[in-house]
Amino acid sequence: MLASRISNSVKQWVSYVGQLTLLFSCTVACAFTPPFHYNRSLAQAQRIGPGSFLISALVGFFVGMIIALQMAYQMVQLSAELYIPNVIAVALTRELTPVLTALIVAGRIGAGIAAEIGSMVVTEQVDALKAFAVNPVKYLVVPRFLGLIIMLPVLTILSDVIGIWGGYVICVFKLHISYEMFWKMTFRALSMKDIITGLVKTIFFGMIIAIVGCHQGLTVKGGADGVGKATTAAVVRSFILIIVMDCFITFVFYFLLNV
Amino acid sequence: MIEIRNLYKVFGTKMVLNNLSLTVRRGETKVVIGRSGVGKTVLLRNIVGLVRPDSGSIKINGVEVTNLNEKEYNRLRMEIGMVFQGGALFDSMNVGENVGFVLNEFMSLDKKTVQEKVRDALALVGLKDVEDMMPSQLSGGMKKRVSLARVLCMEPHIILYDEPTTGVDPITAAAINNLIIELRNKLKVTSIVVTHDMNSAYQVADSIAMFYKGQVIADGTPDEIKNSQHPVIQQFIHGEAHGPVTEDENLVFGHVK
Repeated sequence: MLASRISNSVKQWVSYVGQLTLLFSCTVACAFTPPFHYNRSLAQAQRIGPGSFLISALVGFFVGMIIALQMAYQMVQLSAELYIPNVIAVALTRELTPVLTALIVAGRIGAGIAAEIGSMVVTEQVDALKAFAVNPVKYLVVPRFLGLIIMLPVLTILSDVIGIWGGYVICVFKLHISYEMFWKMTFRALSMKDIITGLVKTIFFGMIIAIVGCHQGLTVKGGADGVGKATTAAVVRSFILIIVMDCFITFVFYFLLNV
Repeated sequence: MIEIRNLYKVFGTKMVLNNLSLTVRRGETKVVIGRSGVGKTVLLRNIVGLVRPDSGSIKINGVEVTNLNEKEYNRLRMEIGMVFQGGALFDSMNVGENVGFVLNEFMSLDKKTVQEKVRDALALVGLKDVEDMMPSQLSGGMKKRVSLARVLCMEPHIILYDEPTTGVDPITAAAINNLIIELRNKLKVTSIVVTHDMNSAYQVADSIAMFYKGQVIADGTPDEIKNSQHPVIQQFIHGEAHGPVTEDENLVFGHVK
């Protein structure tokens, strides 16, 4: 009984990932097929970026402070508090800010995408697009896909910077590390590959948020109830896939590319 | 000309279209009547390619469309306009952008020309100075008229109307009926009108097809349908609560105690 339920769940997930892959392939093909409507992607980027900036900056700032405080708990005992800026810089840029920003954007934007497209499906707007010979993937999915790929790295860079400032507040004002020493240790630890590995992750996370949100929206069944379920599913599934993808990319960077 | 032969469509366990055949001549207005759920809208969606039939043939101007790929179908769709039951207006766009959608999407026209065409299309459906309104600010009847204006902007050769007069006031319904007649007379547009409104059906139809259980049980001129002795047709066109249709479906309507 249990084995059959597990087997069914696995089959459903494999089928789901297959559908996401199909939508992803179709989206990439449409993105490279003329006519190109850059203004739609920019409009989506405008919707995603400014609205998410404050919340990701706030989270970045507090996470920077939290890491500094948690590290201080251990490092002070070893008299190694000077290394706290190093840990903050590397942990934020390589791992925490990309993942946390992606999770925030998945909750905020991914849910919105699923709800918006889902309502379009139930009110026959997507059918109207098809009836007017407009490909819904090109019209609805591609701009959101490109908008997220553009904006997620930008939001992550901003969050990186603000997160380090959060760490600065604790290190300089609480742990009494001089500000020259803070910046010196931060820049000594931080290399371009740390920033780039973090940013590469965000590109994949942006793809996941867009494809999962759009897929949930496009496959809505029923009315308002279906839209609600699709919205919740978009957030939950994006969260799971972001964490799995993060693990996978970290594995590839560490073991295969040695960065 | 639209020729439909032996069309089948099943959703789950429900057979919606069951060996349905229908012919609409070029420039003809065919009204399709029948109870809700007999497959009228599904037929329109099959013609425009929103759903594909399980088997059977649909020929539009001699071209078999059931095996066209999306790219080929899209070329054909530029000649077919569909007025959706709920309007299906894009709620992120205002009325002007909705009506000019196809012009902006496919034709490289300047802004002024698009505005003029939009204004003309809206005037045809009796709307004025509504370009800047959002769909959420419109009544149901206005949405339907904007939806019709959006189709008129495409200048299609075939128009599929899904209940164009349902939910609109009698004056607007008469205006929409007149417009359907004018489009046939002046522009020779081929139309299929799905409706439950028998007054509208008699006014606009060159011929009326009655659907029952996924099939066409009668196809004739409005007079032939009016004078048909078929009990199902009689019950439907006279809107009687008791008769062969309700008996067949074991449908018993209750009474207020």
